[in-house]
Amino acid sequence: MSFDTIVSILDSTIRLGTPLLLACLAGLFSERSGIFDIGLEGKMLVAAFFSAAVAYVTGNAWLGLLAGIASSMVFAFIHGLASITFRGNQLISGVAINMLASGITVLIGQHWFHLGGITPALSGGARFQDVALPFAQALKGVPYLGLVYDQLISGHSVLVYVGFLCVPATWWVLFKTRFGLRLRAVGENPAAVDTAGVSVVALRYSAIAIAGILCGIAGTYLSCSLAAGFGREMTAGRGYIALAALIFAKWRPWYALGATMLFGLLDAVSNRYQTIDIGMLHIPNQFMSAVPFILTVVILAGFVGKAIPPRAGGEPYVKER
Amino acid sequence: MDRLPTWADAILVPVLSIVIAFAISAIVILGIGENPINAMGIMISGGLGSTYGWGYTLYYATNFMFTGLAVAVAFHATLFNIGGDGQAQLGGLGVAMAALYIPWPNWWLALFGASAAAALFGAAWAAIPAWLQAKRGSHIVITTIMFNFIGSALLNYLLVNVFRPVGSMDPATANFPKATTLPNLSSILGLVGIPFSNQTPANVTFLIALLACLLVWLLIWHTRFGFALRAFGKSEPAARYAGISPVKITMYAMLISGALAGLMSINNVMGESGRLVLNSSEGAGFIGIAVALMGRSHPLGILLASILFGFLYQGGAELAMWTTIPPQLILVIQALVILFTGALDNMVRMPVEAVFHRLGKRRG
Amino acid sequence: MATAETSGRQATAAPTASGSAPAIELRGISKAFGPVQANKDISLAVKRGTIHGIIGENGAGKSTLMSILYGFYKADEGEILVGGQPTPIHDSQAAIRAGIGMVFQHFKLVHNFTVLENIVLGAEDGALLGPSLSKARKLLKSLAEEYELNVDPDQTIENLSVGHQQRVEILKALYRQADILILDEPTGVLTPAEADHLFRILANLKREGKTIILITHKLREIMEITDTVSVMRRGQMTATVKTSETSPEQLAELMVGRKVLLRVEKKPATPGKTVLEVENLKVVDRFGVERLKGVSLNVKAGEIVGIAGVAGNGQSELLEVLGGFTAATGHLRMNGRELDVSGRHSDGQTRRHDGISHVPEDRQHLGLIMDFAAWENVAFGYHNDPAYQRNGFLMDNAALVRETAAKMQRFDVRPPDPKLAAKNFSGGNQQKLVLAREIERNPDLLLIGQPTRGVDIGAIEFIHQQIVRLRDAGKAILLVSVELDEIMSLADRIAVMFDGRIMGERLPEETDERELGLLMAGMKGKAA
Repeated sequence: MSFDTIVSILDSTIRLGTPLLLACLAGLFSERSGIFDIGLEGKMLVAAFFSAAVAYVTGNAWLGLLAGIASSMVFAFIHGLASITFRGNQLISGVAINMLASGITVLIGQHWFHLGGITPALSGGARFQDVALPFAQALKGVPYLGLVYDQLISGHSVLVYVGFLCVPATWWVLFKTRFGLRLRAVGENPAAVDTAGVSVVALRYSAIAIAGILCGIAGTYLSCSLAAGFGREMTAGRGYIALAALIFAKWRPWYALGATMLFGLLDAVSNRYQTIDIGMLHIPNQFMSAVPFILTVVILAGFVGKAIPPRAGGEPYVKER
Repeated sequence: MDRLPTWADAILVPVLSIVIAFAISAIVILGIGENPINAMGIMISGGLGSTYGWGYTLYYATNFMFTGLAVAVAFHATLFNIGGDGQAQLGGLGVAMAALYIPWPNWWLALFGASAAAALFGAAWAAIPAWLQAKRGSHIVITTIMFNFIGSALLNYLLVNVFRPVGSMDPATANFPKATTLPNLSSILGLVGIPFSNQTPANVTFLIALLACLLVWLLIWHTRFGFALRAFGKSEPAARYAGISPVKITMYAMLISGALAGLMSINNVMGESGRLVLNSSEGAGFIGIAVALMGRSHPLGILLASILFGFLYQGGAELAMWTTIPPQLILVIQALVILFTGALDNMVRMPVEAVFHRLGKRRG
Repeated sequence: MATAETSGRQATAAPTASGSAPAIELRGISKAFGPVQANKDISLAVKRGTIHGIIGENGAGKSTLMSILYGFYKADEGEILVGGQPTPIHDSQAAIRAGIGMVFQHFKLVHNFTVLENIVLGAEDGALLGPSLSKARKLLKSLAEEYELNVDPDQTIENLSVGHQQRVEILKALYRQADILILDEPTGVLTPAEADHLFRILANLKREGKTIILITHKLREIMEITDTVSVMRRGQMTATVKTSETSPEQLAELMVGRKVLLRVEKKPATPGKTVLEVENLKVVDRFGVERLKGVSLNVKAGEIVGIAGVAGNGQSELLEVLGGFTAATGHLRMNGRELDVSGRHSDGQTRRHDGISHVPEDRQHLGLIMDFAAWENVAFGYHNDPAYQRNGFLMDNAALVRETAAKMQRFDVRPPDPKLAAKNFSGGNQQKLVLAREIERNPDLLLIGQPTRGVDIGAIEFIHQQIVRLRDAGKAILLVSVELDEIMSLADRIAVMFDGRIMGERLPEETDERELGLLMAGMKGKAA
């Protein structure tokens, strides 16, 4: 395998890992506050649709991003209504949100564009263009490092950089700010937060709103950057892979980066090769696509390091007498 | 807060939830520029207006009865089995292997064998998440989701690389032998002199689904196991006090649930397509969640909810044929039903409770 | 145990002369939950710099009152004055602003946060955490020295003992500059040594001018540390007196409303052969803590053995092991036959087969399925009994309903409706339902934990009679209760548990509450 090939596989790892990363961080905020979120998939999907639709109509990718974020937040709000205000089952709400997203995107898409649920192809300013970092062109000639800088580090959509910046930002917010302290506390013991005079409901809604924003960016990236337009079910299980990555990362931001990039790498490799031959072993690419899920089951089983979710996760908060 | 009378809890609240879900669906139809009353008319005539329509409605309902029962049995043990879809697909693999590799002399023996294989494969696919939940405490919702994806990757591999007949481009098995063809509903109803369209996939499996409803009802409310299952579902510490083993109940509940989900594939794989194709369950495992929630995990409720959803699927297909409304409308309705009967239950329940509270006060 | 310091200082001497207004005053507080009047026209004034006790039985309305003070509930009527100023308290935030701090019975701490993080939570100075944490660290140091409130600021809560966790709760309140500290049953979970330390802390706080409200149902604590005491009964405040001018007897009478002599009519026991033999039973919980440290005990046919002790000293674990749902090591023999205690070959079902019935301590979480109908609860645990089956695999529900109706008649369960869900019965009737189920199985050994907890007076008498009746029928009974009165009046032999061990056995006629109290506190012999 040549150096060029490695760089190009890593390059697509970053492209494919970014939506996972954003969605995974979204799940991290939500679940750290005690709200299970299996609706990452649905939120990404609506965002992918509305961002592409608005970007197409206005010709402006940034307006598309706003629409994507707004639609994802509406879905996040529905989840909040069900799981925080009305203390319903968070998992059932998540299932409903995913279904609603896959139905409504096609329904509205067909109504608006008459293309069977997809948007017309995006081009020009309707799509996020790759950003060339300074000196990428100049350093191209430097052996190895130049290629790495030009191909791997430079030349991604601005949303990729946003995604990567979100990792230290999430870490900082979570562990260095008042909001982060309260957020982590409300996911572990909401009664402690409540008796300390802080609103459990407000905290959880803010966590869910952040999750909405991040899923909005992730969905927008899918349709307005990675692809050029919306396609039916285009999230293709990425929300669930992000969920798997979140467990794999044990609800921690830096680990989330590692887990999502690992899963991005698996995706990149299976896209590139139909089968992988390691000596006598033929690994079919269907296996590669199942690896994130298998790894997560192994982690969940606790054979390799136990993944302990936030203690109050999944349970609506009811004041006790 | 006062408790609701049983009838209000079992009928009024769910019916209200469904009315709200359908009202919002109507608004959605209005929103995409169609007339909801018109749409309803097309759906009713298409889904229920002929024996042809009824045939499809009952065919879909059969699928949903199995997956709905699967979700319900697990629900009674407070286990949320989201893996019905994967279990149904694996059940399909069982059906395909039984039908292809065993030379059955006639359809009813084949049905017997294929059912056993479907149940076995479905149960097996539920067994690992069940064991991980029971022994290692791994959250069953997450593991069953993961197993849906692992299952579909596995079937993808098998259909492309193993079962695909030589020369075929289609990722599907060969057609099953003639002897395994199940009698359709029209020939069964013909025996008692009821004329019924023979152009629909509805088949003998519908009767098996009805039987399954009856058996699940007996199992849950009239057997020792059902008693232990419900006790465990209501309170795990109390179950341990009574000597009911959480591990055993979790395992059995999930095995039964997986087997029921797997059984669905005798309807679609053996009864309808006569071969195993990719994504054979077509999301029926998820519809089972809606059906179980709407039917309050009771087999009679599930039977009715399944027929309603069967009607929606058939009606939705007709709608797509005669209007510009895509069949994904049904996904929206389904999602709204799950949302309002499941997650937003309290939103409907709290006002109802308040009304009853006020009425009770006035009377007292 | 009483420190000279606290008993010497009386309420008459107000330490700080900053105005004569009470630190906190309640006027005409009422609160109802549906038809239940939890608090009725309660008025109370607590003087600054004193320790005020509130005493009453379970369900007397103490906790509701404190929840109103801390903003968890809104009172239907009445007002709260803090330092003479009317202060509406509609949430915890308002309570904190008014200088009220609360130490709940169940701590409100985040288990995987450090002490510092827990203290700062909700009382941060700014959006960034750093400055708050270092400020808290400094303050913690001075508080620790001032009040004997030392804890390691960087330790996570889950690694602290219960006593230390409680200190964190007190520190939380002090960090929020609370002047009025409410403690709800603070000693329920403490060892005697920890309780002593707590009392020293409270005395220190009082000396510094803090006002303390102590809620408890333990007379001893009231007498030991408070300056004034209020008694609550059935939602009302029946009296407020100076501690120095009252006696435990008088308080007890005020609590219960009439002089109750918890004497049960019973003949002397005629113990027969040994039914239950326990030898060197040890239990280690899932956190690796040894909860039973080698318990040996026997119960004979026709006698009631009572286990006395402060809650949490291993009584629950002992019942669970005997009931078959907690694993242990050691020996357990029934009628001379060795039974498994490892949990590998035994569970609640095998125990029932071996003639052991169990009325668990926590009937709402263990003994009953609250959503199940009465008839299902009567089958619960015995659902595998062949008598309840027909045709081999179906349960005979109709026969069960009939049988339940008969049992409800015999045990006077009201309303006698077998199809009513357990949650719709009162506490006493729920307990009768459990008793009907367990006693009518005619067991060789009845395990019974806290038989009358949360049960109304009328039902208590009935339940006690049933226990004695079973004894007189020649059955062995192991009774666990934290109510010493109950043990004294029912048991034929008393074993006291402390810290996972049996401290000693006494005959009720040869001992008194004082001696048992010492044993319960872990002190052996008649010394001291």
